[in-house]
Amino acid sequence: MAAYIAKRLLAAIPVLLGLSVIVFLIMAMIPGDPATAILGSYATPENVEKLNRDLGLDKSLPQQYLIWLGNIVQGDFGRSYALNRPVLDEVLERFSATLILAGTALILCTVFGLLAGIVSAVRQFGWTDRIVTFFVLIGISIPSFFLGLLLILFFAVQLRWFPASGMFAIYGGGDLPDLLYHLVLPATTLAAVATGVVARLTRTSMLEVLRQDYIRTARAKGLSERKVIYVHALKAAMVSVVPVIGLQAGFVLGGAVYIETVFQWPGIGAMLVKAISTRDLLLVQGGVLFVAAAYVFVNLVADVIQSMLDPRLKT
Amino acid sequence: MTAQTVDTAVPAKEKARRPTAWQLLMNNKLAAAGFYVISAIVLIALLSPILPLPDPNATAPADRLKPIFSEGHLLGTDQLGRDLLARLIWGTRVSLLVGVSASLIAAFFGSLIGLVAGYAGGRSDNLIMRGIDMLMAFPYILLALAIVAALGPGLLNALYAIAIVNIPFFARNVRGITLGLSRREFVDAARLSGKSHVAIVLTEILPNVLPIIVITMSTTVGWMILETAGLSFLGLGAQPPQADLGSMLGQGRSLLFTNPMVSIIPGIMVFLIVMSINLLGDGVRDALDPRLRAGALSRPMAVTRIDRRSVPEPAKGDDDAALVVAELETSFETTRGPEPAVKGISFHVRKGECLGLIGESGSGKSVTALSLLGLVASPPGVITNGSARIEGRGVLGLSESEISSFRGGKVSYVFQDPLTTLHPLFTIGDQVAEAVRAHQPASRSDAYAKAVELLKTVRIPDPEARASAYPHELSGGQRQRVGIAMALANDPDIIIADEPTTALDVTVQAEILRLLQVLREERGLALLFITHDFGVVAEICDRVAVMRFGEIVEAGDTATVLGNPQHDYTKRLIACVPKPGQGRAFLDAVRKLPARDKGARRT
Amino acid sequence: MTADAISVTNLTKTFGGQRSLFGGRSHEVKAVKDVTLALKQGETLAIVGESGSGKSTLARMVVGLETPTSGEMQIAGKDAAVLNAEGPRAFGQMIQYVFQDPVSSLNPRKTIGSILETPLRLLKGYDRAKRKARMKELMDAVHMPADSLERYPHEFSGGQSQRIAIARALAAEPQIMVLDEPVSALDVSVQAQVLLLLEDLRKEFDLSYLFISHDLAVVESISDRVAVMFFGEVVEVGSSEQLFRSPQHEYTERLISSAPRLETGAN
Repeated sequence: MAAYIAKRLLAAIPVLLGLSVIVFLIMAMIPGDPATAILGSYATPENVEKLNRDLGLDKSLPQQYLIWLGNIVQGDFGRSYALNRPVLDEVLERFSATLILAGTALILCTVFGLLAGIVSAVRQFGWTDRIVTFFVLIGISIPSFFLGLLLILFFAVQLRWFPASGMFAIYGGGDLPDLLYHLVLPATTLAAVATGVVARLTRTSMLEVLRQDYIRTARAKGLSERKVIYVHALKAAMVSVVPVIGLQAGFVLGGAVYIETVFQWPGIGAMLVKAISTRDLLLVQGGVLFVAAAYVFVNLVADVIQSMLDPRLKT
Repeated sequence: MTAQTVDTAVPAKEKARRPTAWQLLMNNKLAAAGFYVISAIVLIALLSPILPLPDPNATAPADRLKPIFSEGHLLGTDQLGRDLLARLIWGTRVSLLVGVSASLIAAFFGSLIGLVAGYAGGRSDNLIMRGIDMLMAFPYILLALAIVAALGPGLLNALYAIAIVNIPFFARNVRGITLGLSRREFVDAARLSGKSHVAIVLTEILPNVLPIIVITMSTTVGWMILETAGLSFLGLGAQPPQADLGSMLGQGRSLLFTNPMVSIIPGIMVFLIVMSINLLGDGVRDALDPRLRAGALSRPMAVTRIDRRSVPEPAKGDDDAALVVAELETSFETTRGPEPAVKGISFHVRKGECLGLIGESGSGKSVTALSLLGLVASPPGVITNGSARIEGRGVLGLSESEISSFRGGKVSYVFQDPLTTLHPLFTIGDQVAEAVRAHQPASRSDAYAKAVELLKTVRIPDPEARASAYPHELSGGQRQRVGIAMALANDPDIIIADEPTTALDVTVQAEILRLLQVLREERGLALLFITHDFGVVAEICDRVAVMRFGEIVEAGDTATVLGNPQHDYTKRLIACVPKPGQGRAFLDAVRKLPARDKGARRT
Repeated sequence: MTADAISVTNLTKTFGGQRSLFGGRSHEVKAVKDVTLALKQGETLAIVGESGSGKSTLARMVVGLETPTSGEMQIAGKDAAVLNAEGPRAFGQMIQYVFQDPVSSLNPRKTIGSILETPLRLLKGYDRAKRKARMKELMDAVHMPADSLERYPHEFSGGQSQRIAIARALAAEPQIMVLDEPVSALDVSVQAQVLLLLEDLRKEFDLSYLFISHDLAVVESISDRVAVMFFGEVVEVGSSEQLFRSPQHEYTERLISSAPRLETGAN
């Protein structure tokens, strides 16, 4: 197992390098003079010249990449001129807020998605199945930013149960209950779509697995139906569900962009949107790279869990 | 020569007309509803230039924020006094156009990449797919955001970004299918027919991949509309004065607390569009995916459904047999009502005896075997008549838990292909131990010890070590030994073996048959042996029953039936088996066989 | 003396063994080891073996679907390396292949007509009218009704599909046919009819057959000579009669004694 994890970790290195190449190339796509574009209204001639030197813009593209990569490996993501602070500091601060939001949403969608999927597969064509299917359909069809607005309208404005925005109360907040209180609406919104996707896939793969020959064998052995479904079928179904939960991590990390904007959650998504509109491109670059790396890590965990479930994958 | 048009008498008569994909789609009520809603929306959006609508961009500060159903403004106006209905319809037009264009672009490039990678295989495939994986290593919307950041906000840039982000989905799906198709024999055959690689990809593979492309498009176009709306909502897509649904929502957001309708109306529209497309998309998938078409995704119940016309008593003299089956009839539900696969057959197996049930494909022999303990997948299977008695007790009417105590207890099964019939994710030791614990009060470790003991009985070398192996780590013959060990776990009286050696090589088959023979003698087992191979029957069975089209046409002692067959069908079947030493004389004998009765069902 | 239909010398095929990204070598499998064999003009040579014996790999190399790792191959006296350079058409005109699984060898989205038309157009270069006439003749040769041409593969049974696949192979008017387990997927009664058809076609069109099978009884009924393969090597070659009566190699003996038989003394 340890060897397998080490192998996966090693294999993650080229992926991370690939990510960095793509991010670098996207930034190289910027029309016109990059330094001026990055600096925008902060573009004094001194600043432009300094940035040109930092980015090595007088050199060839591969050389620029290596310089850039070298800086990043040393933790130097450049400087946000709009905020006048190092990109890394800002990203790290924002990232923890996103992690809380996206992590909660991921847990919610895993728990509820699995439950809903299993129940609706077991009670296929029954009432529970229909209700679950109906909500799943709404979940995957409603724009998350719209759902967020609706929840704010109903639970924050009408009922006044939960706050409409922010991560902590402005006065006297800051403890865990306060955080959870603020977390309810954005986390629910963010989890809604992902829950639908997980539930759907769990249902399909359970149904698929239940038709396999080895399920018939399990029944022919005289196992109870409960054991057949919750041990034999579920374990096999999980092999295809786990990587999709890994994918959902991507959806919640990306979806955080909307939710953080709607709920004014001080996370990396809201930061990115603002950075794009102010053309603070180094901040965008740093933020994207960071979130993508986090996603690679989550998928790595999903991979390892999957291989623990399925011994055929380890070879 | 005319005599030999046996299996070709009529090119398979079409089994009542198959419904077309379109009919299937429209039979699905939800999909049809989705189709009508999205058609209406598309129609209105297309007609927007000729509809009597006010200019969507004409501001009228005096008329700002009129409520819904106002005079002249059916849906009211926004903060600049623009007519919301007009803006909604024009915005819908933009959103649809962008979403559909993005999905067409993604489908084209993604499918192209997938086709090339899947067909080329090997290193090029590896290299291309690594690149695609890189794109997928970004959280979905983040890459789009980065692209928009670089290109600058704008609807067209948002379109490009969304298309690029979705290319990997198409590439992966198409590549997976293409890879499978490229290994199919018809591709080799086309190559030997003189086709070039390009021609093979375009004329042999593409037609088979097309449904997958359509399915992927229909299931992702909703997403793409959603995501472009999302980018516009964030202010990164459509720029004023141009408006799509997303930017309407985004701009209305600031009025959420005072005039929620300004943002709710476009929100509902996005929801309606995406939901109807998703419903339609699911319908398209179900209609095009043949596995779903056969209703294959409905879940089989624990026990076959039973709806018997009668429960016949066993024939006189049979009552002491280990297994007595009387007038068993098992049918499959089809759209045209139940069709019997087993048509009222009766037989018995005595203690220590081996009965062979032989027949060609479609003869109903396996269905018979599975019916005995309710293991026929249901739906669509139903046992429509007859009885099965095990040691005098009728088993077909029993409750789920009672029938479970028979399964693997007094009666156990050995199935055909041990690679698919053993659970791939549990060790063989655990799987055998589980069979023990299902019927005996044993601790986990005792059951495992018993399992190792059983593996030894079926002569698996080094059973202690092999017990912790997974099925895929064993050879075919060893896997089948595991299947037999599992069947022996609770000292059964009856073993039902369904083509247990068909998937094996002859030398391995001989070993497995020998093993079954020894076990039968040692334990006095009754063995019901299902096979299509007369040689195997001759080797192992005391008596044999020949099945055709769900009926037993002839039964008796093996030597008598094989040596002196009475029924024409049996005679014919035996004549069709080449015998050692017969050489070319065999084909001369086949030539002399009478033509098979016309109108016989297709083989 | 006329050249052999097929002659292979020291033919070897190795799978795997390439360098991977990290410099390690992947597991290497020798599917075919140093095989030397000849198929004489007009005869049926059977290759017998169990799964993993390399018989199918050998067959695929002979028709150019797989490239040998080393060794020489001559098809009707021509060097296969030269044929290979000329592309699949050169191979297809001389030698054709019938696959084990008839259902998988017919493209489900094409009519039988368009499946048969391809070799007639690309390999024979016939014009439309000639193609039409030939397709009818071919259907007739395999005892299928002419209206089959407008139908799709799923409308046919396994036996019928195999007849169609045989018709496609015949369309190229080859001198040699490689039959890869052509009757293994079929029920016994259908199997006997297809075997008979193959035998009749061989006489009618003066073909040479390379017949791959794991079923000894089937092999005995149709072949002139038999080669037994075991883990990639040919362990024994002999005339059909001699080999089945007095097998020389220990493995051949085991194969023959393992085959279940009907001890009825019929015929």
